[in-house]
Amino acid sequence: MNEKFGVRVKCSEQDPSVRISNFEEVSLGYTAEQAVKEAQRCLSCKKPRCVSACPVSIDIPSFISEIAAGNFTGAAQIIAKDSLLPAVCGRVCPQEVQCEGACILGVKGEAVAIGKLERYVADRSRQQGIRFLTKSPSNGIKVAVVGSGPAGLACASDLARNGFEVTIFEALHSPGGVLQYGIPEFRLPKKEVVEYEIENVRRLGVNIETNVVIGRTLTIDQLLSEEGFKAVFVGSGAGLPKFMGIPGENLNGVFSANEFLTRNNLMKGYLSEYDTPVFVGKKVAIVGGGNVAMDAARTALRLGAQVTIVYRRTETELPARQEEVHHAKEEGVIFSLLTNPIEVVSDHRGWVKGLKCIKMELGEPDESGRRRPVAIPDSEFEIETDTVIMSLGTSPNPLIARTTEGMDVNRYGGIVVSEGGATTKEYVYAGGDAVTGSATVILAMGAGRQAAAAIKAKLNP
Amino acid sequence: MYKILRKEYLTSSICLMEVYAPRVASSARPGQFLIVKAGAKSERIPLTICDYSPQRGTVTIVTQEVGASTKYICSFEPGDSFDAVVGPLGQPSEFVYECIEDLSMKHFLFVAGGLGTAPVYPQVKYLHDLGVKVDVIIGARSSDMIIMEEQMRNVCDTLYICTDDGSKGEKGLVTDVMDSLVRSGKNYSQVVAIGPMVMMKFVTMKAAEYSIPIVVSLNTLMVDGTGMCGACRVTIAGKTKFACVDGPEFNGLDVDFDEAIRRQGMYREIERENDHKCRIGLH
Repeated sequence: MNEKFGVRVKCSEQDPSVRISNFEEVSLGYTAEQAVKEAQRCLSCKKPRCVSACPVSIDIPSFISEIAAGNFTGAAQIIAKDSLLPAVCGRVCPQEVQCEGACILGVKGEAVAIGKLERYVADRSRQQGIRFLTKSPSNGIKVAVVGSGPAGLACASDLARNGFEVTIFEALHSPGGVLQYGIPEFRLPKKEVVEYEIENVRRLGVNIETNVVIGRTLTIDQLLSEEGFKAVFVGSGAGLPKFMGIPGENLNGVFSANEFLTRNNLMKGYLSEYDTPVFVGKKVAIVGGGNVAMDAARTALRLGAQVTIVYRRTETELPARQEEVHHAKEEGVIFSLLTNPIEVVSDHRGWVKGLKCIKMELGEPDESGRRRPVAIPDSEFEIETDTVIMSLGTSPNPLIARTTEGMDVNRYGGIVVSEGGATTKEYVYAGGDAVTGSATVILAMGAGRQAAAAIKAKLNP
Repeated sequence: MYKILRKEYLTSSICLMEVYAPRVASSARPGQFLIVKAGAKSERIPLTICDYSPQRGTVTIVTQEVGASTKYICSFEPGDSFDAVVGPLGQPSEFVYECIEDLSMKHFLFVAGGLGTAPVYPQVKYLHDLGVKVDVIIGARSSDMIIMEEQMRNVCDTLYICTDDGSKGEKGLVTDVMDSLVRSGKNYSQVVAIGPMVMMKFVTMKAAEYSIPIVVSLNTLMVDGTGMCGACRVTIAGKTKFACVDGPEFNGLDVDFDEAIRRQGMYREIERENDHKCRIGLH
């Protein structure tokens, strides 16, 4: 680290020994003083690389210079032009590969902590009850949005701001999609942050109807023909959990990360006053190395288990954000790297008692450019565990594709789209994980915004 | 809001409710199910759709009080509202896609076990309304667990009843009744069994014995019911399927029943072990 180019202002966190027994937020966020100091590091580049690296193109240098001048409300107002979920994005965006990854200061020092600054101004306006709402006069044109996750919320709010009458249909009982069922409370507080920012979307005039499963309760064709919507945006996410296909995967005590996280996050099963049961054994093995694996690991840890992450490549290849890996390690999650499960071992009652694995080494790079893990012969060993959580990614939910004639999907189940998210069916648009398979909150929001622009152009109000 | 319009106890522990849920009512088809989340902090519980009326905007559900959550559902009174009613979920029964000509050639036998009588009813009614030949066996432990007898009698050709203790109908199991029907010359082209997993397992074996195609409806554990969690996964012909989106109905011969029975009891076993989470009355 070159001191001349600066070190970022540290953000305080809950101590690992304390936070492993609560679900409160790990990162405590900046104070006003810290935010100003950090903002003053920004060089306000003439050609800001951070803005083009942001999927929703927030005017980053402008909002940071407002913070540097102590004008936090002005900063929040600038962000609000491009993002309705700043407190969410400030927390969960992979800034290190987006805005902060592009920051010129990062070349020789540490990038400006753009995410933490965004979070600070968003939290501050929330705490002070300041909302930036410009509800536009209605143009009388109805548009339906399927799914209330990041893609749907972004699309809906852009459309609403342009005067469209938007209804979001959500399959679950609470809106937010992955923000609600997937990301744990200790990374993204539900009531305080998620529900508040969704309320902001509602205040733009967006109507959210929960408990409607598009593809079952209503079809896309019904939305267009019977319900009077002139266009539909599909942001139904990548909900279907993948499994490995190894023996013993259906034993009692094997869960998908989606199930484990949904029971805890959406259903709040970790709180005794909620009825949904959560099972977490004494020892938990998490298979996979992404952000969801880290979330599942750290949730299991907080429920009192000893947790091991089983991942077939090395630490360098872990797809999770560095910050998540770092937090997991601090909290005591064990990493069993270069390890691949080959069988879930059963006890006499059909419950998990172990995970049989084989040691791996890295061979030649595969088509993704990452070195391919290769099994080392005769290196099998067994990890003693009573719970296995499979966190291998998800694929798009086929419910909508199966029930919508004329809307093509690719061989991975992703909806085929062209520029602006147009599907092969006229007046139907799609974006987010339903198109790409599992990706990030902010990419989904970017896709939602692009589709909103395309829908506006198509319907030409 | 999902208001309860009518409530009726069919037995001392089985409760029927007609609930206002117009979107579910207008899309429901035979073979599908729904999910009820009774209160703000409740579990999502998959329940079978016993009847539906697009005109009234209502669905009828039948719940047996077995654990805390089902007891809570049954504690709701007319005028109260459930927090969430989601559906219809799952695929409709395969026969709804068959044309009337093909169906009229068939002779269906439905085997309903206890609470399974409720989801059998709309299927039988659907076929009966099309003029298809349908016989029904209702089996239960004893007479006080037999539900919907009269309604069922009105929508099928012949209704057979059996109880384990002989307190109503034949004394014996549903498979015994199947034996006597086949031996008496009945030539069924399709059996559909809905009830406890273990009953469906034995009905499948019996149907296989007589080489009659058999469909079963799997009532697995579920959380979301839309394919997201995988709690409902079952092994069908050696492959993992999700009961919520691929089912709930499957060819009985393809189902790994022993695994399904074991997985269904997963949380019951955990609750039994964890004293602090014990729920009175769960069995």
